[in-house]
Amino acid sequence: MKWRVAAFAVAVVAVVLFPRVAGTYPVKLLQEILIWGIFAMSLDLLMGYAGMVSFGHSAFFGVGGYVAALALTHWGANAATGLALPAAVAALAALVIGYFSIRVSGVYFIMLTLAFSQMFYALTFQVAWLGAEDGIVGVPRPRLFGLDLGTATAFHLYVVAFAVATTLVLWLIVRSPFGHVLRGIHDNEARMQAVGYAVNRYKLLAFVIAGTIAGLAGALYTQFVGSITPEAFVWRTSGEALLMVIIGGTGTLGGALLGAGMFILLQSFVSSYTERWMLLLGATFIAFVLFAPGGIVGALRGRIGLKA
Amino acid sequence: MTALLQLDGLTRYFGALGAVNGVTLAVERQERRAIIGPNGAGKTTLFNLVTGHLAPSGGRILFDGRSITGLPPHRVARQGISRSFQRTNLFPRLTVRENLRLAAAADGRGSYRLFGSVARLAEPLARAHEVAEAVGLALRLDDEAARLSYGEQRQLEVGVALATRPQLLMLDEPTAGMSPEETQRMTRLLAALPRAVTMLIIEHDMDVVFSLADRITVLHYGEVLVDGAPDAVRADARVYEVYLGTADGA
Repeated sequence: MKWRVAAFAVAVVAVVLFPRVAGTYPVKLLQEILIWGIFAMSLDLLMGYAGMVSFGHSAFFGVGGYVAALALTHWGANAATGLALPAAVAALAALVIGYFSIRVSGVYFIMLTLAFSQMFYALTFQVAWLGAEDGIVGVPRPRLFGLDLGTATAFHLYVVAFAVATTLVLWLIVRSPFGHVLRGIHDNEARMQAVGYAVNRYKLLAFVIAGTIAGLAGALYTQFVGSITPEAFVWRTSGEALLMVIIGGTGTLGGALLGAGMFILLQSFVSSYTERWMLLLGATFIAFVLFAPGGIVGALRGRIGLKA
Repeated sequence: MTALLQLDGLTRYFGALGAVNGVTLAVERQERRAIIGPNGAGKTTLFNLVTGHLAPSGGRILFDGRSITGLPPHRVARQGISRSFQRTNLFPRLTVRENLRLAAAADGRGSYRLFGSVARLAEPLARAHEVAEAVGLALRLDDEAARLSYGEQRQLEVGVALATRPQLLMLDEPTAGMSPEETQRMTRLLAALPRAVTMLIIEHDMDVVFSLADRITVLHYGEVLVDGAPDAVRADARVYEVYLGTADGA
């Protein structure tokens, strides 16, 4: 426990100070990793803890991204438009999609969540005032508590602060009474119901929490890139988050961050040498599933005897 | 005073087959009632109807005077009815403590808390320890359920049902698949449970039935064949018939 807090603190300090020693491109990579890490962690809450494998988590990433893009462009660039509104709309979307999706499980849940996210894709692809296939570009970064996030340093701290806060919040949630109920549902949903848990309510709450955080990740991503396109909703966005979670180690929040790091580093390095970086990624994924089904974290635990 | 559990003409069809056919029976408070009958008599189906795992085709279920007919399983459980399953139905990757603690916390109070540790909800944890003691698993609290022996898993199965503090405890063949020694241990354990807990138990082992039950209901083809005190049931010729067939083999 103590060393974990220490390791976390060291990691935070390293990430905060990274821009002092690294150039613009590595810093951008790090920010991308953190944003995707937030997204992947929110998916891990569903997958790894509640046992709900969603293939439509991009819906909330995209909703957060689009709402932030619209609001920041039209209603002023501040915390309400950049964060609160995107989170609220993503939560609402998760409530509606979750209400229908949690009624089924397994493959049907995967298919239903996928279908919902593809509906958003189709919608944004066609609606003119959402920019159709070009999306929304030239989104300004917000001012936060008098801090101009347009500057590189401020924006870096902002992304880091978000990643740290999300990690801590999710870490607390998975250890809370609610988190334990989710694990029970994951292990044996029918028995949870038989002893008296209104299982669907817990699943819906987990879905809404995960969706809200995914929405924040999407809002952050829009501010990072300065634009958003219908691509955010496409199944590949969900699939990549799924890969990050599995590569990092399902059911370990830190794993989702590590998985995001590995994925994005692979993507950026290998794609600078060859167009076929997806091939290598696929091979990496297969190797993990075959030889380290517990992901990076699982492999570390086995190797150096780390305990959860 | 009304019976704790009252079934009125309870019926369930699977297609044209009447698995439970107009069953009427009353279980009094603090009673220990055994339900016996040959395979396919509708015993487990009857349990599934009471606990909301199946919807009845007809009839009513009253618990403590109120209708619970058609309620979903979690609502039935919250009324004070808890059950164990014929096939072990635990949380295999969680510890014995956590299996019991989750069941004890199923009243929902505190279970929606997103922050704070489970250790701070003292009541369910204390209940888990108390039940572990009662079902003979006090020394295995930190072991994963999947690592327990079969007999211990059956004990935990009863423990999970008991941890919810039920008024009515329904046990579906608690000794199924157990060795004679394990069966004896389970029988002693069940006999030692507080009398305040009303018990409805499906069992095939007649030694277990006669050492536990105050009253016995014999089901046959989904209907109540005999309902009476153990001695009366033991002496009833019809019970021998359904178990052994008639003397002329018809």
